[in-house]
Amino acid sequence: MPDLCTTGERLFKELDQYIDSIGAEPDKLISVLQKAQELFGYLSSEVQQHIAEALGIPVSQVYGVVTFYNFFSTKPKGKVQIKVCLGTACYVKGGDRVLERFLEELGTKPEEPTKDGQFSIHAVRCLGACSMAPVVLVGEKDFYGRVKPDMVPRIIDKYKEVKVQ
Amino acid sequence: MPLAATTILICAGGACISAGEESVKQALEKEIEKYALGDVVRVVETGCMGACSLGPLMVIYPEGVFYQKLTPQAAKKIVEEHILKGRIVKEYLYKMPTGEAVPEAVEKLPFFARQVKIATRNVGYIDPLNIEEYIARDGYFALAKVLKQMSPEQVIEEVKKSGLRGRGGAGFPTGLKWELTRKSQGDKKYIVCNADEGDPGAFMDRSVLEGDPHTILEAMAIGGFAIGANQGYIYVRAEYPLAIERLNIAISQAKEYGFLGEKIMGSDFSFHIEIRIGAGAFVCGEETALIASIEGKRGQPRVKPPYPAQSGVWGRPTVINNVETLACIPPIITKGADWFRSIGTEKSPGTKVFALAGKITNTGLVEVPMGITLKELLYEIGGGSSTGKKIKAVQTGGPSGGCIPSEYFDTPVDYESLQKLGAIMGSGGMIVMDEDDCMVDVARFFLEFTVDESCGKCTPCREGTKQMLKILDKITAGEGAEEDLQELENLATVIKDTSLCGLGQTAPNPVLSTLRYYHNEYEAHVKEKRCPSLKCKQLIRYVIDSSKCVGCTACARVCPVNAISGEVRKVHQIDNEVCIRCGSCIEVCRFGAISKVSP
Amino acid sequence: MSKIKSLEDLMKIKEKALRDLQLRETDKRGKITVAMGTCGIAAGAKDTLKAIVEALNENNINDVSVVQSGCMGLCEVEPTVEVRLEGQEPVVYGHVTPENAKRIVKLHIMSSQVVTDLLVRKGEI
Repeated sequence: MPDLCTTGERLFKELDQYIDSIGAEPDKLISVLQKAQELFGYLSSEVQQHIAEALGIPVSQVYGVVTFYNFFSTKPKGKVQIKVCLGTACYVKGGDRVLERFLEELGTKPEEPTKDGQFSIHAVRCLGACSMAPVVLVGEKDFYGRVKPDMVPRIIDKYKEVKVQ
Repeated sequence: MPLAATTILICAGGACISAGEESVKQALEKEIEKYALGDVVRVVETGCMGACSLGPLMVIYPEGVFYQKLTPQAAKKIVEEHILKGRIVKEYLYKMPTGEAVPEAVEKLPFFARQVKIATRNVGYIDPLNIEEYIARDGYFALAKVLKQMSPEQVIEEVKKSGLRGRGGAGFPTGLKWELTRKSQGDKKYIVCNADEGDPGAFMDRSVLEGDPHTILEAMAIGGFAIGANQGYIYVRAEYPLAIERLNIAISQAKEYGFLGEKIMGSDFSFHIEIRIGAGAFVCGEETALIASIEGKRGQPRVKPPYPAQSGVWGRPTVINNVETLACIPPIITKGADWFRSIGTEKSPGTKVFALAGKITNTGLVEVPMGITLKELLYEIGGGSSTGKKIKAVQTGGPSGGCIPSEYFDTPVDYESLQKLGAIMGSGGMIVMDEDDCMVDVARFFLEFTVDESCGKCTPCREGTKQMLKILDKITAGEGAEEDLQELENLATVIKDTSLCGLGQTAPNPVLSTLRYYHNEYEAHVKEKRCPSLKCKQLIRYVIDSSKCVGCTACARVCPVNAISGEVRKVHQIDNEVCIRCGSCIEVCRFGAISKVSP
Repeated sequence: MSKIKSLEDLMKIKEKALRDLQLRETDKRGKITVAMGTCGIAAGAKDTLKAIVEALNENNINDVSVVQSGCMGLCEVEPTVEVRLEGQEPVVYGHVTPENAKRIVKLHIMSSQVVTDLLVRKGEI
């Protein structure tokens, strides 16, 4: 697909601009990776290679940092990312059952996008809204509090048509 | 800015947002526009007010009327009744545990009356996006006092005298930390605010950052002045986008007013703050790991000494303070060390913010004097169990802490007392557990967390916790042997003694504390293959009481794996070979006919 | 915004900001209640309220709070305002235009003088 190519080029260009704006120093690696993930959705080996060259560090060091932090992903995610909190409070209040229900409804495994690429389910540790446990976060902003397994199909339905989260 | 006669403070803390604050705010604004009240009614989003279980919340000033559990419809009604007609909308008023509504000022509610607010003094009270409201509440006066009237040594002396101890968990005296860093040689020095609040169950730092970001900036500038640093970093979790946004706004306002930047308030002192966003690694709460992460590396801890006070960020002397600790600094400077010492206990002066969560009525954030008993905290302020079942234990200190059984609820809350019980103060998360919570499962839960989060540097932590988890998996599956309990203790001791950093050293705490207080539960799992709390899936079965089942088929229809069979109006059966123990059937049965049993 | 250089600069901002904030405080010497029912607003109570707040500000009065209420049932003489000062009988005024509002602040609030031509009712109901 030709326009995918140009999109890719555009994203690399945007990444380079960002690197220029904060300075191409090795200590900026985490910030650069955060920006790259924001742009590309995940950190492919191609992107990691590119960053290594831009910052003048070995790609092994980039890979080491990428795999160390939970925030970074080397695999594509679903268009809509659903984070199910499994912090202590959510766990005590049945967050594990909410997670199971999501996986069951979508027929997928944690971190793996559904076949159509629409959703991916992520178990996360504490979103800091413990008093509303169990908590589910869809995308970056849509918080659902006091979620019961029964509410899961309704939550999924809301995002079936969503293009980009 | 024209003055508004009515100010509606709407809580935009994380919990209220997840409870639907945004839609309530939109409804409010729509109604305000509809009645053209824009000039006289001001809606302000504040940080967390602390009564999270009642969210979304709002307080209407000048009357100070407190409304809870709001919906867009409620917002409409409140504008139409309260704002336009001055009639209090009783159905949304804050209610006592007895169900009686309280149309009183916020300060008089029992949930608030026992609290002493120092670190969270402005949270939920001021508009976090308005630096002048912070100034109105004595904001930046401490910085002015320090720059105009005090020497760095005097600042350190005052903080030392106050007895303030690190609120991030370990309780190291803050003044001493500052003094050590001041005395270290270095061409540059740094002060870092640790806002990588990783403990599951703790959210006070987020609340302060979202609700009162300027207090952190002011405290960091004071700390910078005291230790001789011109650069500060705030290391904040990526999971807290709102906090990051508000900090950024606060930083630009502080620069504009001249509280950050070159030659602050006409003095020779210059100070800058940069935000560094974490990337999700629990171990980065550990000082040396956090430093590595700021430098853009894998967040792995290193051997201490040298301590950060001697060699921190880029090998320069660095002081690292937690958010809540920093939030106590400005009041200590303005009101003095003696005032601070008059609150709390001899060894743990001041207050502590706790995040109450789990099976407790008033979930939320509370700030109380140190030395308050767990009983007062959980029952008087927290309102006791939310499930109607007895509170069995409270878990403090997250994955590094332990479970405290209800028999010990008379214990005063301070660093030493909690440690004696095998728990720790930690960052202040308190998860309340009732009789439905299996302590073996809770220990397993925390171990799973540490296994995920161990950075892998030290073998005992990396491999040892994995072995412990394996044993706990076996026990909760009913395959444990008696000698496993001894093996757990052995492993725990070795991991504690031989790990490099706090994560490894404290990782066995949840197991050790539950082994100590709930040995009988472990024994039931191991010897009788039984889970007394009916939690461990492999040890329970679901049964239908034939005398109660009316054959409504609700359970059979909801069962995701078709494990339930039976005809209409006839008693149903559950095939426990097929059943996945999801519990959906119990939730839909209106006759209480389904229950869990453990042999 | 010029940068703050001295304690005096800071104090000034605090005082200004406090005036804004104090409307939320209670323990006051008095209270002005503006009837803000739909009828009151239709009669211009919004401007009245604004004028009162401004007048208090201009005269540095911060121990009198301004609150809203619903309709006092005196729609005929809207906008209405009730002034309640410590140790004095409450007074209700009618036809309180922004101009009249300023007079009420000057006379009643500042020198405890009842503005007789606007008087609707005196004393508790």
